[in-house]
Amino acid sequence: MRPAWSILLFTTLSGTAQGLLLALAVASWLMPLDTGFALMAIGVAEVLLLGGLLASFFHLGQKARAWRAAAMWRTSWMSREVIVLPLLMGGGALWWLGLYLGASPLALQALSAAVVVVTLALWVCTAMIYACLRFLQEWAHPLTVINFTLLGMSSGSVLLCALASGMGQTELLAWLQPWVLASTLLAWFLRRLALRRNARLSPMSSLQSATGIHQPQLVQKSMGMSSGSFNTREFFHGATAHTVRRMPWVFQLLAFALPLLLLALLGTQSLLVWLGAVLLQFVGLLAERWVFFAQARHPQNLYYQTVS
Amino acid sequence: MIQWLKDLMQGHAPAPVSPHLMEPGGGGGAAQAVDTDTPTLARQLALVIDLNVCVGCHACVTACKQWNTSGMAGPLSDVNPYAAEPTGTFFNRVQTYEAGSFPNTDTVHFPKSCLHCEDPPCVPVCPTGASYKREADGIVLVDADKCIGCKYCAWACPYGAREFDEASGVMTKCTLCVDRIHNPLLPEADRKPACVKACPTNARLFGDVKDPNSEVSQAIRERGGYALMPEWNTRPANQYLPRRVTPAAVAPSAPPSV
Amino acid sequence: MFKSLFSESPGLPLQDPLAEPNPTAQTTVKCTTCYMCACRCGIRVHLVEGDKGPEVRYIDGNPDHPLNQGVICAKGSAGIMKQYSPARLTQPLLRKPGSERGAGEFEPISWERAFDLLSERLAHIRATDPKKFALFTGRDQMQALTGLFARQFGTPNYAAHGGFCSVNMAAGMIYSVGGSFWEFGGPDLERSKLFVMLGTAEDHHSNPMKTALSKFKRAGGRFISINPVRTGYSAIADEWIPIKPGTDGALLMALLHELVRTDTLDHAFLKRFTNAPQLVVLDEGEREGLFAFDPDPAKGPPGDGRNPHNKLVFDRTSGRILNAYPEGIADGCDPALDAPPEGHYTLADGTRVVPAFALLRQRVLSCTPEWAQAITGIAADRIRLLAQELGHAALTQAFDLPIPWTDAWGKKHPTTQARPLAFHAMRGLAAHSNGFQTVRSLAVLMSLLGTIDAPGGFRHKAPYPRHIVPNYRAFNDPDMVKPNTPLNAAPLGFPASPEELAIHADGSPIRIDHAFSWEHPLSAHGMMHNVITNAVKGDPYRIDTLLLFMANMAWNSSMNTMAVRESLNRKDEQGEYMIPFLVVCDAFQSETVAFADLVLPDTTYLERHDTMSMLDRPISEFDGPVDSVRVPVLQPLGECKPFQEVLVELASRLKFPAFTTPEGGRKFKGYTDFIVNFEPQPGIGFLMGWRGENGDQHLRGAPNPKQWEAYAQNNCVFHYTLPENMHYMRNWNRDYLDFAKDKGWRQRNDPVQLAIYSDTLQSFRLAAQGKTKGRQPPEHLRERINTYFDPLPFWYAPLEDAAIDLKAFPLNAITQRPMAMYHSWDSQNAWLRQIHSHNYLHVHPSTAQAAGVADGGWAWVESHWGQVRCMLRYSEAVEPGTVWTWNAIGKGDGAWHLAPGSDEARKGFLLNHLISEELPLPQGAGAPAGAKVSNSDPITGQAGWYDVRVRIRPAEPEEAAQSFPQVDTMQPVPGVRGGVAQVMRFFAGKSKP
Ligand SMILES: Nc1nc2c(c(=O)[nH]1)N[C@H]1C(S)=C(S)[C@@H](COP(=O)(O)OP(=O)(O)OC[C@H]3O[C@@H](n4cnc5c(=O)[nH]c(N)nc54)[C@H](O)[C@@H]3O)O[C@H]1N2
Ligand SMILES: Nc1nc2c(c(=O)[nH]1)N[C@H]1C(S)=C(S)[C@@H](COP(=O)(O)OP(=O)(O)OC[C@H]3O[C@@H](n4cnc5c(=O)[nH]c(N)nc54)[C@H](O)[C@@H]3O)O[C@H]1N2
Ligand code: SF4
Ligand code: SF4
Ligand code: SF4
Ligand code: SF4
Ligand code: SF4
Ligand SMILES: [Mo]
Repeated sequence: MRPAWSILLFTTLSGTAQGLLLALAVASWLMPLDTGFALMAIGVAEVLLLGGLLASFFHLGQKARAWRAAAMWRTSWMSREVIVLPLLMGGGALWWLGLYLGASPLALQALSAAVVVVTLALWVCTAMIYACLRFLQEWAHPLTVINFTLLGMSSGSVLLCALASGMGQTELLAWLQPWVLASTLLAWFLRRLALRRNARLSPMSSLQSATGIHQPQLVQKSMGMSSGSFNTREFFHGATAHTVRRMPWVFQLLAFALPLLLLALLGTQSLLVWLGAVLLQFVGLLAERWVFFAQARHPQNLYYQTVS
Repeated sequence: MIQWLKDLMQGHAPAPVSPHLMEPGGGGGAAQAVDTDTPTLARQLALVIDLNVCVGCHACVTACKQWNTSGMAGPLSDVNPYAAEPTGTFFNRVQTYEAGSFPNTDTVHFPKSCLHCEDPPCVPVCPTGASYKREADGIVLVDADKCIGCKYCAWACPYGAREFDEASGVMTKCTLCVDRIHNPLLPEADRKPACVKACPTNARLFGDVKDPNSEVSQAIRERGGYALMPEWNTRPANQYLPRRVTPAAVAPSAPPSV
Repeated sequence: MFKSLFSESPGLPLQDPLAEPNPTAQTTVKCTTCYMCACRCGIRVHLVEGDKGPEVRYIDGNPDHPLNQGVICAKGSAGIMKQYSPARLTQPLLRKPGSERGAGEFEPISWERAFDLLSERLAHIRATDPKKFALFTGRDQMQALTGLFARQFGTPNYAAHGGFCSVNMAAGMIYSVGGSFWEFGGPDLERSKLFVMLGTAEDHHSNPMKTALSKFKRAGGRFISINPVRTGYSAIADEWIPIKPGTDGALLMALLHELVRTDTLDHAFLKRFTNAPQLVVLDEGEREGLFAFDPDPAKGPPGDGRNPHNKLVFDRTSGRILNAYPEGIADGCDPALDAPPEGHYTLADGTRVVPAFALLRQRVLSCTPEWAQAITGIAADRIRLLAQELGHAALTQAFDLPIPWTDAWGKKHPTTQARPLAFHAMRGLAAHSNGFQTVRSLAVLMSLLGTIDAPGGFRHKAPYPRHIVPNYRAFNDPDMVKPNTPLNAAPLGFPASPEELAIHADGSPIRIDHAFSWEHPLSAHGMMHNVITNAVKGDPYRIDTLLLFMANMAWNSSMNTMAVRESLNRKDEQGEYMIPFLVVCDAFQSETVAFADLVLPDTTYLERHDTMSMLDRPISEFDGPVDSVRVPVLQPLGECKPFQEVLVELASRLKFPAFTTPEGGRKFKGYTDFIVNFEPQPGIGFLMGWRGENGDQHLRGAPNPKQWEAYAQNNCVFHYTLPENMHYMRNWNRDYLDFAKDKGWRQRNDPVQLAIYSDTLQSFRLAAQGKTKGRQPPEHLRERINTYFDPLPFWYAPLEDAAIDLKAFPLNAITQRPMAMYHSWDSQNAWLRQIHSHNYLHVHPSTAQAAGVADGGWAWVESHWGQVRCMLRYSEAVEPGTVWTWNAIGKGDGAWHLAPGSDEARKGFLLNHLISEELPLPQGAGAPAGAKVSNSDPITGQAGWYDVRVRIRPAEPEEAAQSFPQVDTMQPVPGVRGGVAQVMRFFAGKSKP
């Protein structure tokens, strides 16, 4: 599949925002939080969500009609996502408002709990958009949902740490570090599992099943046009095989190894270190998402191989 | 435990459907298990394409383009029409495959448009409801006025049958010429898809695959019609008729060694 | 959850498939005839009203048209994009004074000025030396009019595309069976059981062929394709027999060997309907190799003035030599096909003679399947089996149709015997320099099995069959090229003997293209591909004005394209162009337009009147003649003017006799008036339908002023169905022959005996051998004529093989027609060019790998003559010794109003750069050193496109990933329609977007 910038940005930004909100909510249950900090953190999450939303608009051919996308929630994961994302933004806003207006702890707990639920739901919706496409075998697996969630948790908590270190929230920072370590290591491990699985996948569809011509030696000689079409662009990453092979290493390094190494070597107290980690990880996650798309081999590509 | 987790931990990959499981040259459609989750319609219009006579002339390709560009799904844009790398929106493509090796090569021309699946994966994924399957005749359509151009339905079609129109920002696809076949303003004889009418070899049959007496049902039965990618259970309504070889009427006096 | 899947919810669709704007609500339908190619299908043009008048909503096949019966092809369906193409010319253009030819600098001029210029120049030429005007036309179908124009002008320098196209097919069969494939006849697949197609990719009869092929296959017929490549039609063949290009003659000779060896022959047919039993003189001398005949002119059917008809046979029943007709076919007679044990019969005067068939038997003796295997690459066993299959289909599977008919000698046949074995062949045989004899061998093979105009076999289409040799002599008298005088014969025709060649007393050619000269005696369609080369050499003389109509000679219809482009620009010492004035009539901004001095913008087929006439190449069906017309369904764009009108206007201004009243006034108002009223013979005109004052007479009758209206009301086509007893065996069918003569399709009603043995060819050979007193070829061509004018078919290697080192150039390179493109002229079509915007060279993987070129990689292809760089595509569907590409996809940069750097120019390529237009003449007796001849068939002058031999090597990594050669970018000419948006959204009537 072609990794579209709009989608790469949307999923990483919103994933990070979700991870941030999740960590913040859980923290808020377990320890007292500085309200100012929480307001700021929620604000950052909201900005990220908004950014993601904006990015996602660029994917649409008819942006003005985007509202229509909520219509098919009964069948379409995308529709559900389109509903849940504003819900999350709204939930976040309410929580922020609750904090700002000094709502009762119970109300705040209820609000943050709601945010957690919606956050989790959004991960499921977003990931299921991909995981429900059964013939995209690289995606059609529970790991897709798990990885979307874990990667968000990792990047969200790293970002929260950066915020916390910047705002001197040492207690929170200390509390968050195992969370960062655990979610990042787990995300790495499971993402590797997914990579391993993908590497071993053999496509269910073949040129033979695609055409019904049951001869072992079967080659496409012409895809029916000598120039391209939507189908030759949307479903191909357009990168060299070399790049495709290299990118998984790049993203593992950037999204997991380097941030952890940075923190391990330079300590976890400096804002700069955390910001470095955030940046590295963000680029790494974009690369991860790129790989996520690029590795997905769409069976339609069987039909669009050769010009002559 | 959950099987997928086991598989994952043990490093097994799901087994691909072996092509041998499918009857060579057809039967795929008939042999396919019926997915009981989805209701089936009483009427399902479709194309049946006879690979035995298709010469790959592309008449169906441009006939489709010209009818539809000024039709209900049009206009169908062409980008860089007279510059390098012209591209455009077409609902129907004729591809070519080579099977076997010289001198026993088969060249197969293979027209492909939307297959109007009975269980179309492209429909439920659509967030707007712009993609829909008509109850009346089973045609899968895109409502261009509702479509937001998210392209998700195209991702969900294993056949690459949908084409996004970049200029109008909406998804398009074969409409089975819905604005011809039911059009009261056209003479009865012309109420057929444009590609079917154009095809010089009559390789494209059109009709109701649910009516056992229709030309298409008969052709599927008698000629071993089969579905594409039966492994995904999309139950394409369009089916294909395989090649058939008429052997020599005389036995070689000495075995030929071609 | 899935319930909603099937409801058209939520809510009703916003877009109702049948709601307004309803695409059909406001359409008006007009019928006319397609001309996106020469098939000429009936079409219905559906128009909607736009801001600026009607626009084409869509075009479909006319279901009431006999030719295509409602179907249409990819090109025809893309007619909208032809009509609205940005490459269309819209006004007459004159090259700017002082600008270089080819630079494309033009000034727009008015038609009045264009006509003045032209008529002044042409009037001067006509009044001084008419042959200095040459008119050559390409892919047109109006040769009856253009030919008439040239003849009335008084110039012999006229031809259409046939010479570079398929004259080998036409002449090879017409000189053998009186008709040919192409528009002249075809396979009767409706009744056939076995169909063998040789060397055909698309052909002119493209839609009907596809329809017939499909029906044939569905009815269980067996289809064998013999072709180096398996694509298109061959793809659906039940069996593909790959063959090395240029070797079909060997295959066919081996099949003849097998049929003769196993006596798988239609004896009765051969004896009655062919010259197989007729006696050929063996004695050396003037009559050697010619048929013996009864010197009594009263004996036998009347001769045609060119060949005696009272030939002889040996009757085995009576043991006597009889006149072949009618005695030889009388009941009880049994004409011998073979020689007696002593090797010959003897006539009363002592002449030794032998049946023609005996000579054929001798000829094929050495042509064993093993011999052919080595040449063709087809296993000998397969050849033997094929021969069996042919015999089985023609003879064992034969059946009778209950159709009685009477033959030319009055014998009533109660039924018509079917020969359910059909062949079709086209340029795969024709476009080789051995094509004429190859086609002859096919014609002879078909004749041996009796599958000529028989149900299920090859069938003629009116006005064919013609006489062998057709009674149309080409103009051939140099003294008759006279100022202000029409020629006394049409420029093109069918020579029957050396006496009919178009040569001067010294043997030099009369015509600029050397057609009908000793170089290419039977060049029945002229040799358009020689015109530019010869005119620039001044060989045999210099001309003044060359008018090219509908031919892209600066690109795809020339061999050695770069040299031809250079020639068009070449000047003499005085600085005058070697071809002083070049007029190009085209509808689009083709490569050739750039070289014109004067450009005449033509209309498209939707904007003009036109005729597909019986005087030309009509679209007849097996069951009777069909002619058709085009009527305008749209107004001409800009100042476009139909070339038909241009010709009638010029002819009137130049006061050609046929276009001028006895009082010296203008005879015809315009083209439509001309078509209605012009009568070459009383009662016969361009159109045969709805004649007579009231339009109630057909085929023959007085002019009908309302004839166009009648055609327009009847789908633009007239189909006359002959009675069933005239459907078959028309070479010998008494009723048909009489009828055809009466309707003016034939000059005589004699039967047309099939020429198993061609005494016509022998007459040229005798001249070459110096055995006749008449005209003799120049010394250096004697050997050539002697070799190739063999009265019996034979195979020889294509001429290029002898001229080059075959080891250095081991591969054959050929082109094929893509079904979705017509020559060069569809690159201006937005939809078609998306299907083929560039081309690859298709090569068998083993061949490509041996040369070190990867699939999709760039490679150099080199011939002895030139080289091109192109991309390669592996294919298992090509014979490993052959490489091929789609024809004419590559374009000159900027031509066809494509943006500079288009795929066609940068990635596409033209094979023509590899093909030399001339070959060295073998250094025999008397050949001047360095003498050259056209790279053509030595008999007919058919261009040998498919003879070229090549080798391939990988392009170097540092070389540009771009095809070679490249030409300078052609600049848009003034008035070219243009208006190209980066995104085109065509919607007829423009109400929706
Ligand atoms: N769509 C379309 N239709 C056309 C045209 C077009 O440009 N486009 N052009 C029209 C014109 S002008 C013409 S003349 C006709 C020509 O019609 P065809 O004769 O059908 O056209 P070609 O493409 O020349 O096809 C030649 C075929 O012969 C094969 N061949 C080449 N050499 C040999 C050989 O030595 N032996 C055998 N057995 N096969 C050989 C080639 O592989 C190819 O398949 O088509 C007409 N119809
Ligand atoms: N290598 C190779 N070369 C070949 C062949 C091959 O097989 N291989 N085939 C040969 C054969 S068989 C042929 S017939 C020739 C064909 O060669 P051409 O006859 O030169 O081919 P076209 O490309 O059809 O060019 C005809 C011209 O007519 C113009 N035209 C189109 N419509 C109209 C119209 O309505 N009016 C006017 N006035 N002009 C119009 C087009 O713009 C174009 O410039 O090519 C020959 N060249
Ligand atoms: S072929 Fe593709 S677009 Fe058509 S119904 Fe099936 S899944 Fe949908
Ligand atoms: S592109 Fe249009 S039709 Fe396709 S899923 Fe999106 S909204 Fe639905
Ligand atoms: S049915 Fe209509 S829309 Fe579909 S491919 Fe045929 S012509 Fe195109
Ligand atoms: S029009 Fe018919 S024969 Fe031609 S490509 Fe389409 S299906 Fe095949
Ligand atoms: S074959 Fe196609 S292009 Fe040629 S006349 Fe017929 S419809 Fe037109
Ligand atoms: Mo041609």
